[in-house]
Amino acid sequence: MSDTITRVGRVEIAQREQTPAPTRQEVVFDIRNLTVRYGRTTAIRDVSFEIYRNLVTAVIGPSGCGKSTFIRSLNRMNDLVPTAKVEGEVVYQGKNLYDRDVDPVEVRRWIGMVFQKPNPFPKSIYDNVAWGPRVLGMRAGMEERVQRALEQAALWDEVKGRLKRNALSLSGGQQQRLCIARALAVEPNVLLLDEPASALDPIATSAIEDLIHQLKRSYTIVILTHNMQQAARVADRTCFFSLSEEDAEGERSGILVEYDETQKIFTQPSDPRTEGYVTGRFG
Amino acid sequence: MSAAASWGRPSPRLRRRKAVNLLMEALATVAALVAVALLGTVIVSVLRRGLPAISLDFFTKAPAGFGAPGGGLANAFAGSLVIVAVAALIALPVGVLTALYLSEFAPKRLEETIRLALDVLNGIPSIVIGIFVFGILVLSHQQSGLAGSFALAIIMLPLIARSTQEVLRVVPETLREASYALGVSRWRTVVGIILPASIGGIMTGTMLAVARAAGETAPLLFTSSLTAPFVTWDPRQPLQSVPLTIFELSESPDPLDHARAWAAALALISFVLLASLLSRAMLARSRRKLGQVG
Repeated sequence: MSDTITRVGRVEIAQREQTPAPTRQEVVFDIRNLTVRYGRTTAIRDVSFEIYRNLVTAVIGPSGCGKSTFIRSLNRMNDLVPTAKVEGEVVYQGKNLYDRDVDPVEVRRWIGMVFQKPNPFPKSIYDNVAWGPRVLGMRAGMEERVQRALEQAALWDEVKGRLKRNALSLSGGQQQRLCIARALAVEPNVLLLDEPASALDPIATSAIEDLIHQLKRSYTIVILTHNMQQAARVADRTCFFSLSEEDAEGERSGILVEYDETQKIFTQPSDPRTEGYVTGRFG
Repeated sequence: MSAAASWGRPSPRLRRRKAVNLLMEALATVAALVAVALLGTVIVSVLRRGLPAISLDFFTKAPAGFGAPGGGLANAFAGSLVIVAVAALIALPVGVLTALYLSEFAPKRLEETIRLALDVLNGIPSIVIGIFVFGILVLSHQQSGLAGSFALAIIMLPLIARSTQEVLRVVPETLREASYALGVSRWRTVVGIILPASIGGIMTGTMLAVARAAGETAPLLFTSSLTAPFVTWDPRQPLQSVPLTIFELSESPDPLDHARAWAAALALISFVLLASLLSRAMLARSRRKLGQVG
């Protein structure tokens, strides 16, 4: 009963903020013909679509379809893989992230990322959050900044009495919220979530999902997930990645199959491959 | 039914296999015991012969002079302390930076080459390093504690660099990613996250290198050997050292000197054992700390 109410509440929030009028949707990422290769294998080929401000965009698809590669090309984490080669453009707020004069370190400062497995630093809870801003020279009002970030991540009430404790003493779900707080503390514009709940139990997962609903008011969020129910619960728009048919050399690569409002993807997908995936017949 | 009953009975073949198994197990056990017994024998004999000459004076007083009773080897202890400390001060930053370069910055091919170079450097006989330092530092200036430190630093460098590299390898990649994802540069990531996470392991490697260097005799032979009965802490002077003192005293005709040599050996072996045990404890502690992240 209470579950239904929450769900209805959530849907209302989603609908209120979705504001379907496309004129109000400001483009944050304009992805144009993005192809990423590792050595000789093509991870994703020719992906083009737009990601909008203050929406949650989910990336779904079977394993090995290049989801992770895609989300990591949005903040140039792929640069850390020596063999990775990127073609095409990721235009972020009017400028291609892969332009020569763009520093990937600066890119990641504005486009934060939370990873699949909670990875807090082996430092205190406070220092986990404060370290990023400190390094980036945002020293003023540090205590308030740390508190604000922890509040945004819905962790403050649980840790306010033990900020000096080692972050590794927290539970898995708390650690992941700490990682979200850490990412928020440097005030990014975009938050990329790489399967943020896949290592967590259902209760912790639900806490993270609630959090995502809160955060989209202030941030643009891209979330990668294996869990279709999760995509349906949190995302305004969903893109479905899959593997292409074998090409002339027998190679398959990740492609974007369909991108639309989440509701449409899950109820009336226009591509039969999407339908096969969301109904569980494939993948 | 006969088939069911036959498998449990020991055949001659099975008996032979069991006997071979037992024999090999016994041989391996004996070999392991011999190794432990060797260490035990060395420690016991050094203890028995060295302990009588150990006293507070032994560590705090300068030598009494030939044939005279009393006095101590404070000159050698001070000398060794200074030489090894300065060597560690040289080798630690260079070794850690080398390891950081190898694990965080170097391209793969170069990393393998440098790692091989370090292993070769580690394998060079210490007397050769002594001659080398003699050639470049002592011939043009004079023997000094600094020259000895330099020679020992060369011996410590590959030990520290390689052990640090091993610890850095254990730092989970996810920590690096977390830092990069905040818009933090590589170097700040190294200083702020990776080094603090591996400091325990680095200290372990350094302790082992110190233990090794403290017992080195050959490199000091050319660079800082001296028979001077006074205590000095100035590394620009030639300094007496514990291993060389053991060598010199053991060749002396004075039986009192032989007792002193055993006592010095006892002091040296105790230091090395303590350093090894301490480094073990530190390693275990840092493993525990990182294990929680992994």
